[in-house]
Amino acid sequence: MAALWLARASSQMARRAARRHPSLRRPSRHGGAPASPWLLGPAAQPPVLGSPPLPAAERAFRRGFCSVRSFAGESSAAAASDEEEPEKGFAGGDQQALDFPGGKVSLVAEMNFLPESHGERISCYRVLDDDGRTISGSRFQEVSKEVALKMYSEMVTLQIMDNIFYEAQRQGRISFYLTSNGEEAINIASAAALSADDIVLPQYREPGVLLWRGFTLQEFANQCFGNNMDYGKGRQMPIHYGSNRLNYFTVSSPIATQLPQAVGAAYSLKMDKKDACAITYFGDGGTSEGDFHAALNFAAVMEAPVIFFCRNNGWAISTPTTEQFRSDGVVVRGQAYGIRGIRVDGNDALAVYSAVHAAREMAITEGRPILVEALTYRVGHHSTSDDSTKYRPVDEIEHWRTARDPISRYRKWVQGNDWWSDSEESELRNRVRKELLQAIQVAERMPKPPVSELFTDVYDQIPSNLQEQEQLLRDTIMKHPADYPTDVPV
Amino acid sequence: MFEALREALIEEMKLDPTVCVMGEDVGHYGGSYKVTKGLAEMFGDLRVLDTPIAENSFTGMGIGAAMKGLRPVVEGMNMGFLLLAYNQISNNCGMLHYTSGGQFKIPIVIRGPGGVGRQLGAEHSQRLESYFQSIPGLQMVACSTPYNAKGLMKAAIRSENPVVLFEHVLLYNMKEKIPDEEYICCLEEAEMVRPGEHVTILTYSRMRYHVMQAAKTLVNKGYDPEVIDIRSLKPFDLHTIGNSIKKTHRVLIVEECMRTGGIGASLRSAIIDNFWDYLDAPIMCLSSQDVPTPYAATLEDATVVQPAQIVAAVEQICQ
Repeated sequence: MAALWLARASSQMARRAARRHPSLRRPSRHGGAPASPWLLGPAAQPPVLGSPPLPAAERAFRRGFCSVRSFAGESSAAAASDEEEPEKGFAGGDQQALDFPGGKVSLVAEMNFLPESHGERISCYRVLDDDGRTISGSRFQEVSKEVALKMYSEMVTLQIMDNIFYEAQRQGRISFYLTSNGEEAINIASAAALSADDIVLPQYREPGVLLWRGFTLQEFANQCFGNNMDYGKGRQMPIHYGSNRLNYFTVSSPIATQLPQAVGAAYSLKMDKKDACAITYFGDGGTSEGDFHAALNFAAVMEAPVIFFCRNNGWAISTPTTEQFRSDGVVVRGQAYGIRGIRVDGNDALAVYSAVHAAREMAITEGRPILVEALTYRVGHHSTSDDSTKYRPVDEIEHWRTARDPISRYRKWVQGNDWWSDSEESELRNRVRKELLQAIQVAERMPKPPVSELFTDVYDQIPSNLQEQEQLLRDTIMKHPADYPTDVPV
Repeated sequence: MFEALREALIEEMKLDPTVCVMGEDVGHYGGSYKVTKGLAEMFGDLRVLDTPIAENSFTGMGIGAAMKGLRPVVEGMNMGFLLLAYNQISNNCGMLHYTSGGQFKIPIVIRGPGGVGRQLGAEHSQRLESYFQSIPGLQMVACSTPYNAKGLMKAAIRSENPVVLFEHVLLYNMKEKIPDEEYICCLEEAEMVRPGEHVTILTYSRMRYHVMQAAKTLVNKGYDPEVIDIRSLKPFDLHTIGNSIKKTHRVLIVEECMRTGGIGASLRSAIIDNFWDYLDAPIMCLSSQDVPTPYAATLEDATVVQPAQIVAAVEQICQ
């Protein structure tokens, strides 16, 4: 196929060169564009960004650059030339446009490098101002009082949960914890905009999504304490929650590995033609991983219904975003892959809600990935193994904890609607606190998973070599009981 | 053999709509070794997915799809390229069933050609079974004939565990008559190739053919080797292997992995643990040299085990 193209291309170029000579130019016989030997069908219109994908039958012809049709400029990747009128294409436009694999491009005689940035930063979508009032003229997805209040109370619950579990780690009751301080709006508002069928692939700072879906405080505590009621059967570190019932994939520590998996999950939904999408969360640091690049590229090529939600909170442990990338944040990268994106104020619950709501709709109805970059700030330390005051100023942290707190900002809006009062506030906080302390006490006292669960689920059926190892371990424990914890059932 | 693998894929894809294939050039191109030829036309672009070049990512994608309920068959164009997918295979594929407490399963099949070919250069001659064998949660099998290729592929697809199916570059054009009726090979079973009395020769994949060639010479010299194609690289079929050792009391392992840390090293260790009392001679293991595979044909031949070495080893063991 390639050889054929080359042969035709060279004769084509020779003919074009001849035509360019003024004395050889002849007026065209018909009014419009002369029929090019290239075009097998009607003249190509470069598709407008965001147009629906080509029907499958047509697309079948366009695979690979060897197909002559795709040389005629009809490629959904060719969206570049938006200034040039399509009709100009071949009619006397031999000097202005050329076919290359991927589509038609217009030519230019001046050498211009694309600048490394747009100049101005991409603007950020916001609905609520710092005092919790809707900005006049702002457009957002309306929420009912019920949903609005649920969002608020879950944000408060998440905040209390984070504080108490963090303290529990400090007291030595659990081994590890990481908070979502400052990112409560991202957690809850994005979850609220999704449906229960949407599949969530988290990084690790999104327990609020699970909370929204109905994971109880007791279930969170069980996982953190690794007791025998933990759905993970005590096999993972705290905060590595997972629930297949709630469509929340188990957290896996390595960064960004969930991104290509989200594309796979979305691909599965697409095959089943489900009215659902996949959503995957990651931080600013995660965008440096190779998996980020390939997942976005795949999702675009495969037209997978997945929302890529980046929590740009300014820090990847001690690495600030200035040392993470040199682009204008993450949203600008979407275009590089042919993916629609939006930058949103991550501390504005209504803006996050609206953006995810719209993203979900586009992802599902148009079968395309969407990139959402939520700007925010990681108020807490990276985790209980980190002391962020070592690498950032304390007053910066305090500023974001107080003046830019997403919860108080949203509360002002809810109270402004007369939907919430101070007494309800203290009642909520007391109740959640009490419930959580109770859950922790219960979780702490529950027995740990038995030794038999050490060897199950490695495979679907326990194989003989693992049975042997288990037997060996039991024998050893029987012989030396003093060397093993007494509270672990054998 | 490539046709046998393809038949297996077609049969399973017809039986179960959740089976899908993903990899580079598997769709309209039909796969670099023609294993997926014609599948895209039969099952459509979505079920036979052409992926961009990012092994870690399409393996990750396969894992995500599997966790959601599909049964993907991921093809590495060459097993060596799957080293890029090691993170996903080890940290996620092997682990997520366990760390999620059994909530999510990953019934994925990862397959591709590996082994030393004909002058493909070091990067295309990797033996990934050595690197993957430690990963908990994975099952590994190696096919060697069209018959077992089809049977193992079908079994791997039906398995609830992640299975890595090792094919060999040089065996794709192997021909054999296989049954028309449906059959499946057990993933955990070894294959008795030639029963015998004097020595147990354990091998797999392409080395099976070198062993059988050596066997002819050995038979002429009066030896009676028992040849077992172990097929299941993780876990080992210690039942079949054990029965053979109890009969012959002498073991020779012939593998294509490198000497250090290969399948032979693990197998030797497993035999010593379990069948020490039955051995009359130390276990011999013939492996490839611990060098990157050179391009020059003569050098390449010298890095893998040749039939003459196998004959000499048997003679030494049976002294």
